[in-house]
Amino acid sequence: MSDVQFQSRRDWLLTDAPQTRRQARLGAIYQGWLTFRANKLAMFGLVILIILIVMAVFAPWLAPYSPFSQNLADRLQPPSAAHWLGTDHLGRDILSRLIHGSRITLFIVGTVALIAPVIGLFIGTVAGFAGGWVDQVLMRITDIFLAFPKLVLALAFVAALGAGIGNAVLALAITAWPPYARLARAETLTIRNADFIAAARLQGAGPMRLLIGHIWPLCVSSLIVRVALDMAGIILSAAGLGFLGLGAQPPMPEWGAMISDGRTYILDFWWVAAMPGLAIFIVSLAFNLLGDGLRDVLDPKGAKE
Amino acid sequence: MLRVDDLDVWFGFPPDRVDAVKRASFSVAEGESFGLVGESGSGKSTILRAITGLIDSWSGTIEVAGQAVAGQKRDRAFHKTVQMVFQDPYASLHPRHSVDRVLSETLKLQGMGDIDSRITRLLEDVGLGQGFRFRYPHQLSGGQRQRVAIARALAAEPRLLLLDEPTSALDVSVQAEILNLLTDLRAEHGLTYVMVSHDLSVVGHMCDRLAVMRGGRIEEIMTVDQLRHGGATEDYTRHLIAASAGYERA
Repeated sequence: MSDVQFQSRRDWLLTDAPQTRRQARLGAIYQGWLTFRANKLAMFGLVILIILIVMAVFAPWLAPYSPFSQNLADRLQPPSAAHWLGTDHLGRDILSRLIHGSRITLFIVGTVALIAPVIGLFIGTVAGFAGGWVDQVLMRITDIFLAFPKLVLALAFVAALGAGIGNAVLALAITAWPPYARLARAETLTIRNADFIAAARLQGAGPMRLLIGHIWPLCVSSLIVRVALDMAGIILSAAGLGFLGLGAQPPMPEWGAMISDGRTYILDFWWVAAMPGLAIFIVSLAFNLLGDGLRDVLDPKGAKE
Repeated sequence: MLRVDDLDVWFGFPPDRVDAVKRASFSVAEGESFGLVGESGSGKSTILRAITGLIDSWSGTIEVAGQAVAGQKRDRAFHKTVQMVFQDPYASLHPRHSVDRVLSETLKLQGMGDIDSRITRLLEDVGLGQGFRFRYPHQLSGGQRQRVAIARALAAEPRLLLLDEPTSALDVSVQAEILNLLTDLRAEHGLTYVMVSHDLSVVGHMCDRLAVMRGGRIEEIMTVDQLRHGGATEDYTRHLIAASAGYERA
């Protein structure tokens, strides 16, 4: 009975002749999900990220110890039953700090992923669509930002704004948008003279409507893919800032700062630096795999017509 | 309905300037179906694009329903009077917009009310049922897409329809369907057509009068009757007619 029901729901979603707007939209989403699900590695990445999110949400309940409580008698303990991933130089439980640190990681990644592509999308599409001197001005500004190494520019911003996680995020977002602007501009140039844009223009559509309703939907998918693939880099940059002491300030359990703390003991007490390093590695990998899967789903060039 | 006088269209700037249309003049009466024929690159589509304001580098006079237009700007009344169907139905529909979205946005832009029932009527007009309303372009065949594009053009209830080789991207049997649809729609709504084609038989089937173009110039304007009975006066036209009759063994 339930099997029959499931079958009919699937048919309802995959029908070639949807009856309502909602059905058409859900069907398109379901189709995308099927494509995504076929990519095993991408599913693996998604599972890791879901675990990360669950970990961040339930951190206070999941962590066996407080991330801040010090116990100098227990400092630099190797992994054991009591401390699964060992303790650091102040006797803090590394597992608890990693679990709480996932909140910071998600905060950084989420905020940068919200700010940078939006700035990039806006500047890139406006430049590509308007053309002429608007294009020239916007693209030269982009070039200036691109001319600096990302981390150095972020360092300069943090130094100017003051150290701290909020400023680090801002600095990363400000330095991360130019590639998105370039990508969005290139996409816009390929579609701005398309017949469907001309057709909308003939109906009296204004430039804002064309930009938001017609050009953005076509740029967004490649941007999402790019963002997912860049996530790993953003995590690493944030960790780098943390490592240099310009990101999260002690005693915040930011993963990069944790590696920095362990640096002094790296030869004798490897787990202090290795555990957060492993966490960064796994999450970066997960984002890369997810990006790969999303490309299968979203990239119009990859998709079979 | 439409008067084009002394139209020049060019692309680029000297020394790379290309003159795509040179001193073209013709006029189309209300209710008439007018053909523009010529080889690829002879400037036929360019004339349509200049009329609709998709190209701004032109000079001369273009009058639509007695109103002269200028440059690239077109007002609301123009968009309500003139619509265009593009050559390639695969390129003229937004890949992420469903049929419903395309038509409802068009109706909204044209300031129409009662959108739901209008969409139903438009789809029926072009021979697509309700089943097609929420499909995306990739779920449609070429002929179905062109029907959607025609529905979009008809949404504004225009009086003049510019057809830019509306069937050249379709296979022969679908071509006939679309041509018949266009003929029916014209009779039903009293439309004026300007049809661009490189296919003399299509123009002969659809149009009352036609202009033969070559290298950006209009060589000759004649009626379809003249075309059928060998009334062409220009050498080039005769050459074109001979070519369309079939290949000759050398």
